Amino acid sequence: MIPMSKIVRTITNILYVFIIGFGFYVIIHGHLTPGGGFQGGAVVASAFALLAVAYGRKKIVNLLNKEHLSVAEVSGLLAFICLAFLGLGTVFFFNFLAVGRSIPIFSNTPAGINPGDLNTAGIMPLMNIAVGVEVLSALGVIILTMFLGFKEGKEK
Amino acid sequence: MFENLVMHLPILIIVIPLFGAFAIYLFGKVSDKARNIFAFILLGVTEFLVLVLGKDIYTNGLRVYTLGATSAEMTTPANYIMPVRIILVVDALSIFMGIITVTIAFLIFIFSLKSMKEYSGTDKYYTLMFLLLAGIIGIEFTGDLFNLFVFLEIATIAGAALVAFFTHKAESAEAAFKYVVIGSLSALLVLFAVALFYGQYDALNIGYLGNVMEHSFLDKIAFGVLLTAFAMKAGSVPMHMWKPDAYGEAPGPVAAMLVTASLASMYALLRVCFTLYGRGLNTEVIGWIIAVLGLLSIFVGVSMALIQNNFGRLIGYTAVAEVGFILLAVGVGFAEFSSTGFGFIALQAGLFHILNDALDLGLLFLVSGAVLHATGKRNLNELGGLARNMKYTCIFFILGLCAVAGLPPMNGFASKLMIYESVYQFNPVFSIIAILASIFMLAVFVKVLYSVFLGPELKEFSSVKEVPASMLLVMGVIAVLIIVIGLCPDIFVNWVINPAARALIDYGIYRGMI
Amino acid sequence: MNIESSAIFNLPFITVVVLIGIGLYALMFKRNLIKIVIGITLIESGVNLFLISLGYRKGCYAPIYTNAPTTAMVFPIPQALTLTSIVIGFAVTALMLSFAVLIYKNYGTINAVKTRRLKG
Repeated sequence: MIPMSKIVRTITNILYVFIIGFGFYVIIHGHLTPGGGFQGGAVVASAFALLAVAYGRKKIVNLLNKEHLSVAEVSGLLAFICLAFLGLGTVFFFNFLAVGRSIPIFSNTPAGINPGDLNTAGIMPLMNIAVGVEVLSALGVIILTMFLGFKEGKEK
Repeated sequence: MFENLVMHLPILIIVIPLFGAFAIYLFGKVSDKARNIFAFILLGVTEFLVLVLGKDIYTNGLRVYTLGATSAEMTTPANYIMPVRIILVVDALSIFMGIITVTIAFLIFIFSLKSMKEYSGTDKYYTLMFLLLAGIIGIEFTGDLFNLFVFLEIATIAGAALVAFFTHKAESAEAAFKYVVIGSLSALLVLFAVALFYGQYDALNIGYLGNVMEHSFLDKIAFGVLLTAFAMKAGSVPMHMWKPDAYGEAPGPVAAMLVTASLASMYALLRVCFTLYGRGLNTEVIGWIIAVLGLLSIFVGVSMALIQNNFGRLIGYTAVAEVGFILLAVGVGFAEFSSTGFGFIALQAGLFHILNDALDLGLLFLVSGAVLHATGKRNLNELGGLARNMKYTCIFFILGLCAVAGLPPMNGFASKLMIYESVYQFNPVFSIIAILASIFMLAVFVKVLYSVFLGPELKEFSSVKEVPASMLLVMGVIAVLIIVIGLCPDIFVNWVINPAARALIDYGIYRGMI
Repeated sequence: MNIESSAIFNLPFITVVVLIGIGLYALMFKRNLIKIVIGITLIESGVNLFLISLGYRKGCYAPIYTNAPTTAMVFPIPQALTLTSIVIGFAVTALMLSFAVLIYKNYGTINAVKTRRLKG
């Protein structure tokens, strides 16, 4: 795919930082506002798609590396399963950070209507981050594979 | 301490293959041997755990596991009126199918260590096999309808990606496309039925739904939709076209695992018919419909298998016929729905045939995979005279042939005799058609035996060697199991199958645990 | 369920039936492989819409506790079920499209009639 014109590339350079930032905002605030792991990961992957379309097939392999994204995807999943294993003292998937109150990470549990506090809800933000990393890497690998698989068009 | 470990076993058996699928990818980047040893240890641990859980359930009764509660059996917390959270329920039928699944996966893994070595992309192959195993065990252990949908989709996606393993051939991609379209359509139908249930009752646990169900008109529609979806995924007659394609184009070990996936869909059908609906339906009519579907599958499967040229497609059509036998027996059992009499024997025969079907078709697909590994061909017209070079493979194929056709002393004979006798008391015509179909199946496989193994020696196969020892060992273990189950079937039926069938008929125990 | 039975409040369910009908038509009668994939996506959208519209309670708000106006909220469980179903549908669509790319690379066409080499 041929890269797009200079105007598009300039705007992409400025804009992709904000898209990735918004994606991570949606991932981390998953327990307070609508969003969470999958939605935020899809937003970050759309930034990857923007970069791929604007820069063309020759330059995108310098920016995004498929092997690193594969390893990140597998690590995100393994982190999710290990977080679920840590609650095995009671049952699997037990929210040990919200009930025990002994480890001070994300351990407040307000009840009812409240102005949302980021420091709440136990292991749910950690699982959101793990799922978000996994989804953004998986979607990045899919986008790169399908993009690099096109036949050569007429290069000018 | 021991009781503590056994309490957590239902979820550990699902999660260890899931964890292993992704850890294997990381190990595969280090070295091949480390990955093989790690995968072998994980599968061995899973096999041991499932046998321990089986012994516990056969002595003590069923087990319930709630994910995320303060204790494993607290399905309904204090001040709640209905159960919440994802609940796993393991009773005698679930653990019976779980033992079959994990044992066959373990044997297939040892087989594919050598058989898949010369292909690239074996990293992804092992990841997908472990994901498929986790999906199938999830279908068998869950007690929740929506969880069933999720694990059904996991098994479909992993299975379709494995069918397209040979990416240089065009037919594999076409077969995998058909498989994923049919599989995902059937899973969406299950989701439609889940939405119908949620709209009326606000609950999705199978046990709780069985208690509160009022059998209104929408529930009958939901039953029709669920029956269509599970029959589609199991490969019975209206939608059987994906079976010969997918089994013919997949590698041998993959096809043996896909047989287990379609038997898990058969388990889901049993669970919905007996435990979710119970006696509230008109069991005579529904039993007749299921039995007629089974009969059509037997007829179509055997008659199409007579004219095939491709080794894998032929065994695929045989698989359609075997699913027809299971549906026939289960339909008769459902029509009677009693714990004495010929209906109960038919139900036991159906469950026994699930076990035998997994073993027999697994052996046949492994023989097909061994022939592909040794010669690189699958077309019956091009093979010939292999018995001189591959003696042991030929002996295992003869054993598998006798088992599928129902000759004594193999296990196929025991379960088919039970099916013939109990279905004869239901309706004699069904039983006669089933016996004729078995005779045709014997004719089909004798033709395959002659054209692949016997006959004059061909020049291009003079340098073909016997397959490696690990593959022969796996086929030998399955053959020994076939002969042992065939020689003493009454031990198996009384100790293993009887509790499973009684767990289906006495559905009050399952519904009372929630 | 607190859903009025007048005609206008049945509009989500009528849309569900129309979507599933169009999806089944595209799945069974169209020849292009991409159109078959679009048919599956339409059926999946219809079933997701059916799941979401079952959770509605009249006059209630979104089930988020952060600065909520009142505690009368719609049912949150169908939203979780629909989210799971959307993720699964996306994975299946990606898989089907990659199979279509493989078929095109090997056959040179994506017409489902011309790519049918497995017959009988």
